[in-house]
Amino acid sequence: MNAARILPGVVAVLLFFAGWQAYCAMSGISPLLLPSPVQVLRAFIDILGEAPTWVHLAFTLGETLAGFAIALVFGIALGWVIATFPMLERAIHPFVVASQIVPKVALVPLFVLWFGFGPTSKIVVAAVIAFFPVMTNTLLGLRSVEAGHEDVFGALRANAWQRFRMLQLPSALPAIMAGTEMAMVLATIGAVVGEYLGGSDGLGYFAVATMNAFQTDRLFGIIILLTVMGFLLYAAVAWLRRALLPWHRSVG
Amino acid sequence: MSVAVSCRGVGKVYASRTGDVEALSPVDLEIAAGEFVVLIGPSGCGKTTLLRILGGLQQASAGRMALLPGADGRQSVGFVFQAANLLPWLNVEQNVALPLRLQGRDTAARLARARTLCGQVGLAGFEQRWPRELSGGMQQRAAIARALADDPALLLMDEPFGALDALTRTRMNQELERLWLASGATVVLVTHSITEAVMLADRIVLMSPRPGRVQAIVDVKFPRPRRPALEGSVEFQAIASDLRRLLGEEA
Ligand SMILES: Nc1ncnc2c1ncn2[C@@H]1O[C@H](COP(=O)(O)OP(=O)(O)O)[C@@H](O)[C@H]1O
Ligand SMILES: [Mg+2]
Repeated sequence: MNAARILPGVVAVLLFFAGWQAYCAMSGISPLLLPSPVQVLRAFIDILGEAPTWVHLAFTLGETLAGFAIALVFGIALGWVIATFPMLERAIHPFVVASQIVPKVALVPLFVLWFGFGPTSKIVVAAVIAFFPVMTNTLLGLRSVEAGHEDVFGALRANAWQRFRMLQLPSALPAIMAGTEMAMVLATIGAVVGEYLGGSDGLGYFAVATMNAFQTDRLFGIIILLTVMGFLLYAAVAWLRRALLPWHRSVG
Repeated sequence: MSVAVSCRGVGKVYASRTGDVEALSPVDLEIAAGEFVVLIGPSGCGKTTLLRILGGLQQASAGRMALLPGADGRQSVGFVFQAANLLPWLNVEQNVALPLRLQGRDTAARLARARTLCGQVGLAGFEQRWPRELSGGMQQRAAIARALADDPALLLMDEPFGALDALTRTRMNQELERLWLASGATVVLVTHSITEAVMLADRIVLMSPRPGRVQAIVDVKFPRPRRPALEGSVEFQAIASDLRRLLGEEA
């Protein structure tokens, strides 16, 4: 990546912060509504220096990763089951449609009721929200095995396990990884939203508590922390996708 | 000579929404071990169907088909399709080694074999490339190498050079003859090209339009290996025009 290509972006971001700082200085807006970038930066550094921040981060990270892992396992497994036994799809279809349509965030209070205010309910929320893109993409990927490739394995008398390992799984992997990227983002959202609505741990809870204390600059700091965490998680999955699919056209 | 392939009344009816399609009316055919047989006929006459039945990719709806087991007792079949059908997530040598991997041979042995084959089909230096980095002709060579990897007793080829330009095709025909002479395998090759048929075949099986059946069998007795210059000879042209006449009559 050369300097000429990233320059416009850097300039735009710098202008944005300069404009924000100038607006806060000249309009006299209350820092309770909109703190200046400098105030936000100070609050962010403060937050990073406080031990509870890292405990909250650990909770959110753990819930996100646990929910993500559960979504991955169940999404791939169910996607494979449906692809392998098409009869099942017709039976499951109404449930799939219903669960796609229900705003899953609206189910969060129910999960809190069932699984309590601890991390379990957040893990369930993250898993439920992240599950669908994995399942649908797995199904799509397994269905997209090329007929010509099937013929190759047929002529070589490959058994069912060899077909799964060496044909179906690699054929479906690009789609599965696309679903996995989405799942990582959605699991993060699920965990944080779960924390908003119940419990006393995690960055979501921390944000709500900070808001209730009218510490808007610190709230911004928490948002930055969440953004960095989400970005790093997404980057890790994106890196994994590139490592697993060196042959795919999506990997330059 | 022992019989490598025998078809007795092999027929095929496809059930489709608009009614049944009779693709093959009973075909009787015997192919000797080590023979190079070319199937030729108008498109839609059931050549692909017959080849897929021989390769076990489809069931015949009538008749009986038997393959003689190879020297090692396996009924191994190498299949080269119209498209190369290389697996895009494996590099060239891994693709070529696929049949050996399915048999559970260890990695070192199968990659050694794959590299030898890559050299034989003119892909030396391309072993580690992705299939998408190869031209169409090179991909088809890799597909041929893959079909030969586990020394099949029977090699089935469905218009393997149909998508190639005439020059590449002539060269591939020569290379195929050389590989076949070295392997001793029985070959059944489908083509649209009369020149390719006469150049390669011991025997040309002419199929009639749908429903396909054996219309005529033409023996080609030129010595091997055959040079491209053979095409200009009077004898070659005589067989070619015979074929053209036979194909034209039915068209
Ligand atoms: N899966 C199928 N379902 C229905 N009809 C088919 C199918 N495959 C081939 N056919 C029909 O059978 C006939 C023979 O096809 P094919 O064996 O592909 O011919 P060729 O290879 O000689 O061109 C054609 O008329 C084709 O339309
Ligand atoms: Mg065909």
